[in-house]
Amino acid sequence: MNPKKISYIFRQAFKSMWRNRMMGFASIGSVTAVLVILGFILVIVLNVNNMAMVAKETFDQIAVYVLEGVEDEQIVELGKSFRKIDGVMGVAYQTKDYALEKVREDWGDDAYLLRDLRNNPFPNTYVVQLSDVSKADEVIAKLETFEGVEKVRYYQDAVNSLIKISDFVKRLGIAVILILLLISIFIISNTIKITVLNRQREIELMQYIGATNGYVRGPFMIEGIMLGLMGSCVAILIIMLGYNYSIDYLAGRYIALISGMSGYLVGIEMVINDLIIIFMTIGIGIGILGSLVSLKKFLSI
Amino acid sequence: MLRGGTVIEFNNVTKIYKKTFTAVKDINLKIDKGEFIFIVGKSGAGKSTLIKLLLREISPSEGIVTYNNQDINKIRKRNVAAYRRNIGFIFQDYRLLPKMTVYENIAFAMEMICCQAKNIRREVPLVLSMVGLSDKAKYYPDELSGGEQQRVAIARAVINKPETIIADEPTGNLDTETSKEIMKILTEINKRGTTVIMATHDREIVNHYQKRVIELKNGAIIRDINSGGYSDEPKED
Repeated sequence: MNPKKISYIFRQAFKSMWRNRMMGFASIGSVTAVLVILGFILVIVLNVNNMAMVAKETFDQIAVYVLEGVEDEQIVELGKSFRKIDGVMGVAYQTKDYALEKVREDWGDDAYLLRDLRNNPFPNTYVVQLSDVSKADEVIAKLETFEGVEKVRYYQDAVNSLIKISDFVKRLGIAVILILLLISIFIISNTIKITVLNRQREIELMQYIGATNGYVRGPFMIEGIMLGLMGSCVAILIIMLGYNYSIDYLAGRYIALISGMSGYLVGIEMVINDLIIIFMTIGIGIGILGSLVSLKKFLSI
Repeated sequence: MLRGGTVIEFNNVTKIYKKTFTAVKDINLKIDKGEFIFIVGKSGAGKSTLIKLLLREISPSEGIVTYNNQDINKIRKRNVAAYRRNIGFIFQDYRLLPKMTVYENIAFAMEMICCQAKNIRREVPLVLSMVGLSDKAKYYPDELSGGEQQRVAIARAVINKPETIIADEPTGNLDTETSKEIMKILTEINKRGTTVIMATHDREIVNHYQKRVIELKNGAIIRDINSGGYSDEPKED
């Protein structure tokens, strides 16, 4: 393919895009609409997934409170035995002083409230890290049998239901995304089909004049790609602004919630690269597919 | 009139649609370079089928169509476009692209088959002046009369200097006066050596020009005379 032909095809594509700008807007609009919906679902799925991951990490720990008055030696022994339990990855010891100090730190300016505390109410604690969350029950049962253990705390129900919810959202999200993709290919190829139908005469004419199929197809394909790309750019912009706005909005409204959940939400900068790649690919793909499919019929004269 | 060797030849050509409808049967026809030919006959007589066969839009069910001694149905698919550049086509309904100016419509045909911008800028005004529309270059088709539109279409058909012009009822939508203008341009083109094949209903035009007439009826050639009128039968109108 020589440069002259390529430059011709591009010029022709731009010219015809300008001449058919109304249909072009319709195509861009439908690409954008579909991608925006897709993007929001994707973002929700990503966030829920992230939430579940963070939660898993946070909650794959079991807190074992040690009774008041247990000797240091025995505490060390307890740690050693915990480590031997199947399903335990690691064990960390937190003294009651450390626990109090940590709360003081966490509370920051409000720490003066702890001033009047006479006794340290926190127990000495072993934090048992699970290697596998599904083994939690067995590990807990074993931990409870040891002498000197006051209480075993584990947020199992919370973790389980969170994981269930996130799995459900993921599956639902993927299903909806697949359906949407199909719908979008259908809508966009139809839009392009209308564009092509509008220009059936032009295509016929090209063939009567003796334009090779490449010349006929080229500009339409470039046009399809450009329309797809523009649609995806608009969609990316909307998603970016919309996502930032909703995070800001949530932060303004529910500061407490957000500060507690900041680790659970995925920042836009984490998502945007993937989003751009996905959207561009879909946009270009739909553009090429749509124009090829809809042109095929007319290239037979 | 310039005459060269045979340019188009139909050899026992039959076209059957959907296995039942015979559009043309057993056509034998030789057209020499530089001829001006009227193809006449009622609607459904097979004129369009003949033209489509020539453009290789359809293939014959039997027989051979040759162009410059080459069987056009043996041309590979990707070379069909190159073949069609030998032929300029004029439609009854002009088929101008409504969103392009007169100038752009003509330039479009040149762009389609390569041509440098420099050539386009030189050639388009020349053809425009040949069809007498130099002052309408910037008009859009819907701002022109039917006759003017057809003249643009003719300019578009000749811009790539084809050997042969095929015109399918070029005056079908025009009044007598305007038809004459169109005919003047077509005969002018023919005088420069281009073969012109024109399908028409227009009795008056055919009688006036006394060119070669091929008359079709029910898919068969019933008359092929080198110089004559629309029909041997006495005029009815």
